[in-house]
Amino acid sequence: MPEEILLMDKITKVYPNGFVANKDVTLSINKGEIHALVGENGAGKSTLMKVLFGIEQPEEGKIYIKGKEVKINNPLEAIANGVGMVHQHFMLVPSLTVAENVVLGMEPKKNGLFDFEEAVRITEEAVNKYNLKVSARAKVEDLPVGFKQKVEIIKALVRGAEILILDEPTAVLTPQETAELFVELKHLRDQGHTIVFISHKLNEIKELCDRLTVLRLGKSVGKAIVADVTEQEISKMMVGRDVVLKVEKTKAEPKETVLKVRDLRIASDTGRTIVDNISFSVRKGEILGVAGVEGNGQSQISEAITGLLGFQNGSITVNGVDVKGKSIRRIREMGVSHVSEDRMTYGVAATSGVKDNVISDRYYKKEFNKGLLMDKKKIEDLSDRLIKEFLIKCDDRDRAVKMLSGGNMQKVVVAREFSNNPKLVIANQPTRGIDVGATEFIRKRLVELRDEGTAVLLISADLNEVLELSDSLIVMNEGHIAAYIPDASSISDMELGEYMLGVKKQTPEEIARVAYD
Amino acid sequence: MGEGLFSQIFDLLFTTSFAASILRVTTPILFAALGGLIARRCGIMNLALEGMMLTSALTGVVVSAFVRKAVLGDLMPADAAYEAVSGRAVAAGAAAGFLAGVLCSVLMGLFLAYMAVQLKANIYLSGLAINTISTGGTVFALYLAAGEKGMSSSLNSCTMPVIDIPIIKDIPIIGEVISGHNIMVYFALLCVPLVYYIVMRTSTGLRIRAVGENPNAAESVGVNVKKVQFQAMALSGLFCGFGGVSLSMGYVSFFSRGMTAGKGFIGMSAMNLGNATPIGTTIAAFLFGMFDAMANILQSLSVPSQFIASIPYVATLIGLIVFAIQTDRKTKRLKEKHSK
Repeated sequence: MPEEILLMDKITKVYPNGFVANKDVTLSINKGEIHALVGENGAGKSTLMKVLFGIEQPEEGKIYIKGKEVKINNPLEAIANGVGMVHQHFMLVPSLTVAENVVLGMEPKKNGLFDFEEAVRITEEAVNKYNLKVSARAKVEDLPVGFKQKVEIIKALVRGAEILILDEPTAVLTPQETAELFVELKHLRDQGHTIVFISHKLNEIKELCDRLTVLRLGKSVGKAIVADVTEQEISKMMVGRDVVLKVEKTKAEPKETVLKVRDLRIASDTGRTIVDNISFSVRKGEILGVAGVEGNGQSQISEAITGLLGFQNGSITVNGVDVKGKSIRRIREMGVSHVSEDRMTYGVAATSGVKDNVISDRYYKKEFNKGLLMDKKKIEDLSDRLIKEFLIKCDDRDRAVKMLSGGNMQKVVVAREFSNNPKLVIANQPTRGIDVGATEFIRKRLVELRDEGTAVLLISADLNEVLELSDSLIVMNEGHIAAYIPDASSISDMELGEYMLGVKKQTPEEIARVAYD
Repeated sequence: MGEGLFSQIFDLLFTTSFAASILRVTTPILFAALGGLIARRCGIMNLALEGMMLTSALTGVVVSAFVRKAVLGDLMPADAAYEAVSGRAVAAGAAAGFLAGVLCSVLMGLFLAYMAVQLKANIYLSGLAINTISTGGTVFALYLAAGEKGMSSSLNSCTMPVIDIPIIKDIPIIGEVISGHNIMVYFALLCVPLVYYIVMRTSTGLRIRAVGENPNAAESVGVNVKKVQFQAMALSGLFCGFGGVSLSMGYVSFFSRGMTAGKGFIGMSAMNLGNATPIGTTIAAFLFGMFDAMANILQSLSVPSQFIASIPYVATLIGLIVFAIQTDRKTKRLKEKHSK
């Protein structure tokens, strides 16, 4: 009978804004296993782990470690209880050596001074014991990502972690680094450590983990022994729509190609390939959906098209004009509109008024200027018209945007981006985190734009949205296009899930169909 | 005429008195730079170096004058006991002034930390505010203490002793350059290894560096970030205080309004040029000190004095540009290395 080392019993976590991230979630973990915690974006995995690590306090529920109830108020208490966490964003000090990072906060001393040699000894002891090959004297800033991760693991182990949480550890790693990590993690397990592995990559879970717990929409919906289930079955548990939202629309009548992306490759600053040689087209009068788990290259595609991010290889053309090397204003003047997923950074100037935000893409144009000054009357007319047309709820046009609700803020963005006679709209997570009314409104407007002959590229992690709104669909997985579905209404949630999670992949010929001329 | 000017400059610069003056002029710059170094290492740009130095310079003068007077009591130079008590009074005055000046700067450092760390005020604005308050406040306090607004000459303040180094003082040339300086000059040189040890070799220093670079990382392993920042700012104030006291109680025995004359800012530039490393900062401080000393000595020439006076600042600017270019290259190299 395996010994239960951790039990999180009926955890409920409600965020101050009323969002229920976890509802009666139960997680039971045995000593010496690698336990996968799986689920889509927003399923509540991270929140549950934050509760375990003392970053968030649950409203309800109890945590038992080795059968004893514990209260974890902060990360230090979590560490004291033998829980260690390897964050997705490393908690390291770049200019310090590995050994210094490892002992920070519990420095060994000799004659009142910091004993660096002792720090090196502590680190090397852990390096040898757990077979995590990394040089104790190296500076962290000189290490590749995979090694930084090892330093994080050593940090947790040196502090006495018996339960190690890894939050999507492979998201930043190359395939070789991932393989190495798995060997190390299995080694740790064999030495009696317990590992919680958060991921949505099913092949990795099959390869590495012993048991798994599935979260969906904040609830625990299943657990299984990994060897007993197929990837299809895991995918079925993870993906699934709660309520099916219907969008009224007629069948699309795509015309000539507007956006042409060919052999696009985008690499990160650290040289990791994020988007790998993909080609696709968006035609006039169609909505092409991009489905996929977040972080599979979707954001980079939208930023490359709109000029926010450079790319290494390939070409992007809009109506036959290359966008490479063009300023963002030039690209916008070609008729490209962009609803960014990062509303607060790229969407709005939060402290400015509604009026200033809706004219920020066209204030310089002749029609809004009179000699040296701006044409106040025209600008006010335009903003009043847009406020009315897009049902923006605000006291007046000079109201600072940050005072508005998320939905109204997004309507300000949409009002600007949709009212400029766009030829191509890049909508990246256009309805994330906003209320139902605004969501419905924005979706309706997207369909109207399509009917008026605009090409729409819709990127969304929301399955409902991408399935209901898109005419055709591509699915992204690890920087590749995994599938092209010419008729989005013909695919089931389950099949989509299998493409998203890398269980299934179409042939290159099938995928190549999306590259219309 | 050109040849004449150059030979004049040559004559002025290649003298032992010029070499000695570099040491003298660099002292307050070096102290300020070391103070700025510790602050930057904990992630705080301490723009208040200038004001902290100025205030501690005045505090040192005023306190030393009052303590001296208190020890002397009613004794007059004509009295028989005067000779015996006088020496004791000067020593007590100097010590008290030194401690008070330094304490004052430490408190200002802590106050700045309170503003920036606890109240989360903008660090640059807070630092500039302290400088502005110090500029006006010192004149006001000087008027209250001495009844004057320009100089504290009516206060009989004390100075720190001058040190003759045995043996070395008898060596020709070297003895003249190195020996016979105020004790603060030697103390400044001693502070360089001291700061090195504090920052690079103690666990407090390790925490200061960690907090400065990635406060989240430090916090996640249980380092009290605020506490470390307060410690670092107190240390920053300490070294700044040494600098302030060395200005008004070293070679001169008075305070004059605005006597720091930008030395805090030059120290800050030296620290940046040295990339907040103790050795680099010291070298940069000496470089700026040399230009400062040069500006002093060349004033006797027919070159416009404004031009001479701008030398240290132009040198600072050039130094910072060179440093920025180097950093940029280094970053690019790193990026290329990683993208292979």
